[in-house]
Amino acid sequence: MSSSIKLREKYLKKDLLPTLFCPGCGNGQVLNYMIRALDELNVEQDKLVFVSGIGCSSRLPAYIEADGIHTTHGRAIAFATGIKLTNPELTVIVFTGDGDLAAIGLSHFLHAVRRNIDIKVVCINNETYGMTGGQLSPTTPVGYFTTTSPYQNIEFAFNLSFLAKAAGASYVARWTTAHSIQVIKSLKKGLQKKGFAFIEIISACPVNKKQFRNPRENLRYFLDQTIRYSPKVQDETSARVFKDLNECFTAEYAGKIIVGEIADVEKKPSFSELYKKLKERSQSEFWEERQKRDQD
Amino acid sequence: MEAPKVDELLEPKLQFATGNEAIVYGALLSNCRFFAGYPITPATEILELMMKFLPILEDGYCLQMEDEISSLAAIIGASWNNYRTMTATSGPGFSLMQENIGYACMTETPCVIVDVQRSGPSTGQPTKAAQGDIMQARWGTHGDHYIIALYPNSVQESLWLTIRAFNLSDKYRVPVILLSDAAIAHTREKLVIPLQKDVDIINRVPVTIDKEKYHPFRTGYTHPTKVPEMDKLGDKYHTYLTGLTHDWRAYPVTDRADIHEQLVKRFYEKIADSREDIIAYEAKYIDDADVVFVSYGISSRTTLMAVERARNKGFKVGYLRLITIWPFPHDIIYELSQEIKRYVVVEMNLGQIYHKIKEHSKGNCDVDRLNKIGGNIPQPKEIFKKIKGGRISDELIY
Repeated sequence: MSSSIKLREKYLKKDLLPTLFCPGCGNGQVLNYMIRALDELNVEQDKLVFVSGIGCSSRLPAYIEADGIHTTHGRAIAFATGIKLTNPELTVIVFTGDGDLAAIGLSHFLHAVRRNIDIKVVCINNETYGMTGGQLSPTTPVGYFTTTSPYQNIEFAFNLSFLAKAAGASYVARWTTAHSIQVIKSLKKGLQKKGFAFIEIISACPVNKKQFRNPRENLRYFLDQTIRYSPKVQDETSARVFKDLNECFTAEYAGKIIVGEIADVEKKPSFSELYKKLKERSQSEFWEERQKRDQD
Repeated sequence: MEAPKVDELLEPKLQFATGNEAIVYGALLSNCRFFAGYPITPATEILELMMKFLPILEDGYCLQMEDEISSLAAIIGASWNNYRTMTATSGPGFSLMQENIGYACMTETPCVIVDVQRSGPSTGQPTKAAQGDIMQARWGTHGDHYIIALYPNSVQESLWLTIRAFNLSDKYRVPVILLSDAAIAHTREKLVIPLQKDVDIINRVPVTIDKEKYHPFRTGYTHPTKVPEMDKLGDKYHTYLTGLTHDWRAYPVTDRADIHEQLVKRFYEKIADSREDIIAYEAKYIDDADVVFVSYGISSRTTLMAVERARNKGFKVGYLRLITIWPFPHDIIYELSQEIKRYVVVEMNLGQIYHKIKEHSKGNCDVDRLNKIGGNIPQPKEIFKKIKGGRISDELIY
């Protein structure tokens, strides 16, 4: 493992630092984990492309010494699809957030999973729209107060990892920013996986979501209030496990966060592999037809 | 298995083909090797044929995406792999694409967007031809930007203009809108497919300078225009692209007016500086004309019929067909306006280019118009009536 200074030298664009993230934001941690995973796997830096949409997490590619595309809101995965298909040599990583991925970009996400496009999607899920000031997002737990749910949120949250699994992703893992070792391990596993890998990382938004007074509180919460994914919680459609839903509206209880490796499918062919075969098929059909015609 | 060459696939020959087919052949001859699209009447055949042909060609890929938004997103992404890319749609899909057309303008990404026009607004009349997207092609996405739009009026020209669209797009690093309409798209007529060696291909200018000296949006490294050289993904330059206002290093700058102004004005200037190269029109019988009929696309076919009939009867009428719609060929409109008595604008909308003609004729002559919507192509008879003069239609509500 390389030292932090060496990693910073190698992977960060110094002219753009410091980042624009608020104090206590989890984005920096995720960047740290990603860089460590890439370094440990020795991924070729010139062949790295980071794609992102709009939101706080989507500003990450700007700081990385590699190719980066900061695209339109929700569309990062669609851009990444075109990039990966036409240049399979590239390692294409998408940084996205819960608003970008689960609201405006949900269909692109699910379709990329369905196609098993060989891209890696890292969703930093802080359960709110941080950049615009803390509005309700599709992953905000029920019962939460936000600037657009002043009378408490009555909408149930998406469980993005379960969605990805249901749509057929090759690899899905869900952690919080407090699970550093696990996140790095999952990122490495995802990067090595052929096909679509989805890594969801629950993160804090101390400023706009007004949660956690200090890092200690943040870490404690993420470590104590998480529950490992198991067959028991499998049927839970929400991203959290609630004892009693009514409790959400009366207390501050937001339920336990489900974490763990959600899916790890062996030998599912990636889109690129299938497309390669399709090309061969179409070409041999073409020559066969030509031959037949020329004989006639 | 070896992939066939384009000429082997298309087998250059005389064909009886539709406008949509001609666009596909033009794109393949231009070395377009990535297409992403979504089925929509009357543009679907382009996607179908691309799905059939592209996998056969070397490095060719084609995708049917989940919507038009992602179709354009995918081709913009692929364009940065040094691919020539295209998508095709019709009005409703074109509306969805506006978001990423803005992104392509902001990041100066070459790509070709075919809009086979049908009656709108909204779902309208899917199988009927219209010319209602003329202004949307120019101003569809938000903010100040510049695009190029071309509009053929025959099957053969659909092929040539597709090739030209790719060349202009690469040369000026701007999305090019290739307008068509349901009538041209589905009309079958004579089409000559050329050999690829007879097709002019002008590729984008690649980056050759050292990494230390290179800045993605600095212009003038190797050629004097205001178009920057284009990098590609997966090379040593590590380019960062953003839809945010950016400086010449491609770093986001969201709080300075001067940088924004410099950037956006350059989008205008890079096109304006080369107007002569981009603009094309067809003028006939204008030397002695008192009345000039201005038209484009399918409506220009009937307009020419009417003009020729009128000339046979001794009327001094001329014919001007716009091939490049944007940038608008205002020089010729102004020049002619000083010599003629009247323009008559024939179009299949309630008046879009009409207003541009009014603007650029600067009151030098009258401007009359003939507008047809709902899929009815203006009849030569109706156009002929306009030659005789009469009351000028200038309804302000349209």
